[in-house]
Amino acid sequence: MQYIIMNYTPPADHPDAQSVRDAADGEVWGAYTKALVEAGILVGGEALHPSATATTLRVRDGSRDVQDGPYADTKEQLGGFYVIDVPDLDTALEWAARNPAAASGAVEVRPVITRSQ
Amino acid sequence: MSEARRQIERVARLSYGRLVAILSARLGSPHRAEEMLAESLLAALETWPERGVPDNPEGWLLKTARRKAIDAWRREATAHAGQQEIIAMIEERTAQVGDGAADPRLNLMFVCAHPAIDAAIRAPLMLQLVLGLDARRMASVFLVAPGTLGQRLTRAKAKIETSAIGFELPDEADRPARVADVLDAIYAAYAVGYNGMPAGDRKAADLTQEAIWLVSLICAELPGEAEAHGLFATMLFAEARRPARLDPQTGALVPLGRQDPANWNARLLDDAERALANAARHASLGRYQLEAAIQAVHAARRRTAETDWDELERLYRGLVAIAPTIGARTGHAAVLIEAAGPETALDALDAMPEVQRRSYQPWWATRAHALARLGHKADAHEAFARAIGLSDDEAARRYLWTQADMLRPR
Repeated sequence: MQYIIMNYTPPADHPDAQSVRDAADGEVWGAYTKALVEAGILVGGEALHPSATATTLRVRDGSRDVQDGPYADTKEQLGGFYVIDVPDLDTALEWAARNPAAASGAVEVRPVITRSQ
Repeated sequence: MSEARRQIERVARLSYGRLVAILSARLGSPHRAEEMLAESLLAALETWPERGVPDNPEGWLLKTARRKAIDAWRREATAHAGQQEIIAMIEERTAQVGDGAADPRLNLMFVCAHPAIDAAIRAPLMLQLVLGLDARRMASVFLVAPGTLGQRLTRAKAKIETSAIGFELPDEADRPARVADVLDAIYAAYAVGYNGMPAGDRKAADLTQEAIWLVSLICAELPGEAEAHGLFATMLFAEARRPARLDPQTGALVPLGRQDPANWNARLLDDAERALANAARHASLGRYQLEAAIQAVHAARRRTAETDWDELERLYRGLVAIAPTIGARTGHAAVLIEAAGPETALDALDAMPEVQRRSYQPWWATRAHALARLGHKADAHEAFARAIGLSDDEAARRYLWTQADMLRPR
């Protein structure tokens, strides 16, 4: 079963692309990613540029509305995600608890709909 | 708040588990017992403020719950004709008054840890039925989705009912194995609480208190069970050391060997040593007594200012022999670093099955320490990094960083 683990972190933690890169290779996130790889459960994942770089678009009554910034202006923002392959939600939550964002912000875990199912 | 309301809250808090236990035994259904108790608490909220608090509030609640249960059965039974004898049987069963012998909560604990119940759900089931903890609160500590835990609890309660698990205490022949199951469930509740605590989680801290209370009940009701005293002692030792577990400046975890004994709670340590002495009065050795003896050796440092590593190694060897869990084996390896040297410790670590150790944080932390002791800086640093990646709390991460940092090439 595949699960996506979405990392929501305070934007101030990683204000620019370089600090995201540093964090991804750093002792905390780097160690977590490595643990996922070594456990043989990592399917994929990406780190994102800071939420300030986001652009949100809506089409209402045929007219477009484009705005600077993320979809929802929340205290924590989506900073990246992992997709893991584990037997069940209990195991996915165990890995989510180890995600550094669990302590600094929040982690959302959702099952992925895969083609074969 | 009115006096009546206060009384109702007091009864609900203090007597919940006992009332559920008595009702479950009489109704044969923990689920129905909870339902009926909830209804009679509701009835109390309606009538006590007007008519006053009855002399025996618990008795009133029991009687009301029993009446409501019979009414409910009548209603169901009229839908199925010809069930009069069942109703008669139920009335007879519910009329039996508790014989005043053992605490009925003890029976309920044995039901919750019955071999027919999935081992993973025993601890939360016990906490819910005996202590009235709700699924939402427990889900966070047990790291399970609240909805999932709720479903599992409902399924377990239905199983107690449909497979008619008996509420009698197990007989002498079965007793040791059944007591072990109950203790394992309590220890599981304690462990999730203790491990969830460094981050300052109140829910987790509360859970350790509830677990201690449950095991103290077993010690009081079954004083001949040495393992119960052993588990009680183990928990009290751990509680006593809690104030020394975090560095107040950095918030980092302080490993046992580096804790200042002055920060340990001396009164709790005395209690723990007394509990261990109670266990020793009975001629049987078990896992929890060994765990407690290990804790006692660490605690002795408050008097001797030294740790007897050889004694610890002997005790861990005994523990691994009767309970070869990954935790016990890793603990043994950690002690081997001091007692026999880091090479021996690494051999012991490598001997553990790869699937078990791969994502087990303490294994990596212990390996890192052993490698660092040998001066293998790069390998040690890598092992610390793995341990950091597998940590689920900030305090452990902080401690491991400082350890890894000291190994960094400069």
